[in-house]
Amino acid sequence: MLPVQYYLALAIILFILGALGVLIRRNAIVVFMSIELMLNAANLAFVAYARYWQSMHGQIFVFFIMTVAAAEVAIGLALIVTIFRTKASIDVDQISTLKG
Amino acid sequence: MILSAALNTANYFYLVPWVVFFPLIGMLINMIFGGRMGEKAIGAIACLASGLSFGVAVLLGIALLGHPEGMTVSFLNWNWITMGALQLEWAFRVDSLSVTMMLVVGGVGTLIHIYAVGYMHADVRHNGDPGRFRRFFVFFNLFILDMMILVSASNYMVLFVGWEGVGLCSYLLISFWYDKGKDGIGNAKAGNKAFIANRVGDLGFLIAAFLMFKYFQPLSPNGVFNFDFQAVASLASQVPPSVILAITLFLLLGVTGKSAQLPLYVWLPDAMAGPTPVSALIHAATMVTAGIYLIARSHAIYSLVPAAQNWVAIVGGVTALFAATIALAQFDIKKVLAYSTISQLGFMVAAVGMGAYVAGMFHLVMHAFFKALLFLSAGSVIQGIERGEHEVEHDPILRKRLKHEQHFDPQDMRNMGGLRRTMKTTFWVYLAAALSISGIIPLAGFWSKDEILTEASVLNRSVYVLLLIAAFFTAFYMGRQILMVFFGEPRSEPAAHASESPAVMTIPLVILALLSIFGGFINFPTLHAFTSWLENTIQALAEGVTGGEAAAVGFNVVVAIISTVLAVGAIILAWYLYMRRSQEMLHLPLNKRADDPLRLMLGPVFTLLENKYWVDELYGYVVIKPYQWLSTFLAEKLDWDFWHDFFHDKILAGGFNAFTRLLSGPIDLGFIDEVGNFLGDGFKELAAQMRKIQSGFFRNYALSVFIGLIFIIGYLILR
Repeated sequence: MLPVQYYLALAIILFILGALGVLIRRNAIVVFMSIELMLNAANLAFVAYARYWQSMHGQIFVFFIMTVAAAEVAIGLALIVTIFRTKASIDVDQISTLKG
Repeated sequence: MILSAALNTANYFYLVPWVVFFPLIGMLINMIFGGRMGEKAIGAIACLASGLSFGVAVLLGIALLGHPEGMTVSFLNWNWITMGALQLEWAFRVDSLSVTMMLVVGGVGTLIHIYAVGYMHADVRHNGDPGRFRRFFVFFNLFILDMMILVSASNYMVLFVGWEGVGLCSYLLISFWYDKGKDGIGNAKAGNKAFIANRVGDLGFLIAAFLMFKYFQPLSPNGVFNFDFQAVASLASQVPPSVILAITLFLLLGVTGKSAQLPLYVWLPDAMAGPTPVSALIHAATMVTAGIYLIARSHAIYSLVPAAQNWVAIVGGVTALFAATIALAQFDIKKVLAYSTISQLGFMVAAVGMGAYVAGMFHLVMHAFFKALLFLSAGSVIQGIERGEHEVEHDPILRKRLKHEQHFDPQDMRNMGGLRRTMKTTFWVYLAAALSISGIIPLAGFWSKDEILTEASVLNRSVYVLLLIAAFFTAFYMGRQILMVFFGEPRSEPAAHASESPAVMTIPLVILALLSIFGGFINFPTLHAFTSWLENTIQALAEGVTGGEAAAVGFNVVVAIISTVLAVGAIILAWYLYMRRSQEMLHLPLNKRADDPLRLMLGPVFTLLENKYWVDELYGYVVIKPYQWLSTFLAEKLDWDFWHDFFHDKILAGGFNAFTRLLSGPIDLGFIDEVGNFLGDGFKELAAQMRKIQSGFFRNYALSVFIGLIFIIGYLILR
């Protein structure tokens, strides 16, 4: 059985990849996927610890996160479709109407 | 019961309030109901009021025959004013002196009332305001009321009420046609002049009263002073003579105002602006004699100070001569009489000043007769001429002859002449009065004037000379007036068509003429009825006062002859000048003629007299101009420039403005606003900086969130 540090390292790598994707990529879909990546990195960390501590709490959290992520995907994709319809683009840098 | 009460003449004394109340009732009736009554009813009530007042005075005279000491009748025990040491009772003094005045005021007053019914009937129509008929009689009754208060007073303060009251009536009646006269304001100005000149005199009266209170009050029993004539007389000897001198001289100032003596006489000639009955009643017969009455009333204190008596006599003597000279050169029929009145009042003042109280009062009564008669006849002449003018103006043929280049003056004697044919009654009564005032034996004026001259020849030689010359001039100007008015040929169309006045005017004239002719016999020499009548009062009041009282001077044949010769001489001179010379003058070339022969003889002196020595102008320059300058200075400089412009506008308003400018400028705008603006601008600037953070790029936000997260986690790990 692999020690928990491996899982955590993988989760951190995934999270950092997701974060960098959010910060660097301009395609809304890619940004969206990067967010999913960060959520799943967190899920992985939860699950790894739940196994390590022989506790169910982490796993319950994962279910919640997966539920929230599903809802988020639904709303997020709807938003992206709407934005695409009005702007004919899904470049997040184009969406700056809230500029002060 | 009633009969015995009526027979006991002493009871009549208690009627005395009615001499005041009858005119009051008459006045009130005319004042309240007169608007609905006709002229006849108004006149009847006014005459009745005055006549009943006279009737009461007669009853009082009858009572005095039995009780010559007289009586002070309290009016309902009315304490008029009670103020600390001052206790004034409203009481009536009935004695031979006051009753003499009441008889004159009531008697002559009633005759003038009757005359005025006829005169004012025409006058209100001539002046175009019949509504003022009632007002005239209200004022006239008010005058009788005030004059009765004056003469019936038992103390100086009640007398002062009457004194001021008659002054008020004088003012009201002088400016009766207040909208007429020179520039439509001349009559009102004349009224003001009389009132203001009298105010100067009244100041003297008041100061005398204050002095009296200050020095007599501590001497009075219980320390309560009541201004009573008898109290003053009995206490006077305990007061320092210098104080008495001051009191008497201040009273003299009051007398010069009311009785038109030098230097305050200037108002009387202007007072002729009033209707002629007013001139007769107020400015000849009664009111102006109040000053003489006051001195006779105060004889007890005057007798104590010969210096004051001397002053009074000199003022009287100089005024008598001064006014008589002015009368020589006047052309207005009433102005001549006005100066004559001043002159005759000078005779009376001189008499009472010398201590010849009886002679002064005697002349006062006689003067009331003949001067009232002169004025009333002059009024008759004026209205006769006015009727003539009316007739001429309404006759198409005569009208063409009327000279219209200037306004016709019905009072100018140069427009008269020849009236003896058209106005017979008026002529004869005028002649009687003129001879009486000139001092022709045996008319009334002779006896009274002669008595004054006789007393003066003994008591004061210099005043005697003054009065003698004045008497000569008196006869001359009366002769001149008679000749100019009634003799010769008419000098104007209206005079030629003049007509006699109605009976309601001529009957009082005839009665007064009889009094002017025969009145002098009340003090016929050797009988001296009037002297013994007045001595009851004057001796009784003078009790305890030693010296100063003039001894009764008998008839002096030499004095009588001198004055008669002078009077006759003056009349002959007047006859020569105004009949002979006037006729001769008609043959002279036009440039050598004059309106008055005297003007040719005297030249500039006549001009001086005609212009009344320029006294009015002198007073104008010495008193009125500086006074107006002072008022202008006070109004313009002190009030307007200093108080208004400088103090109010500059200091108060300016200071306040400067203060508010300070508050609004530097403090409000400069400080408070600036603080607000600074805060506002600061926040705006801050917000402008802050808004740059809101870039709108969502990746920036995400970056900040991550950086923040890193900081928080770093902090949590490293702490």
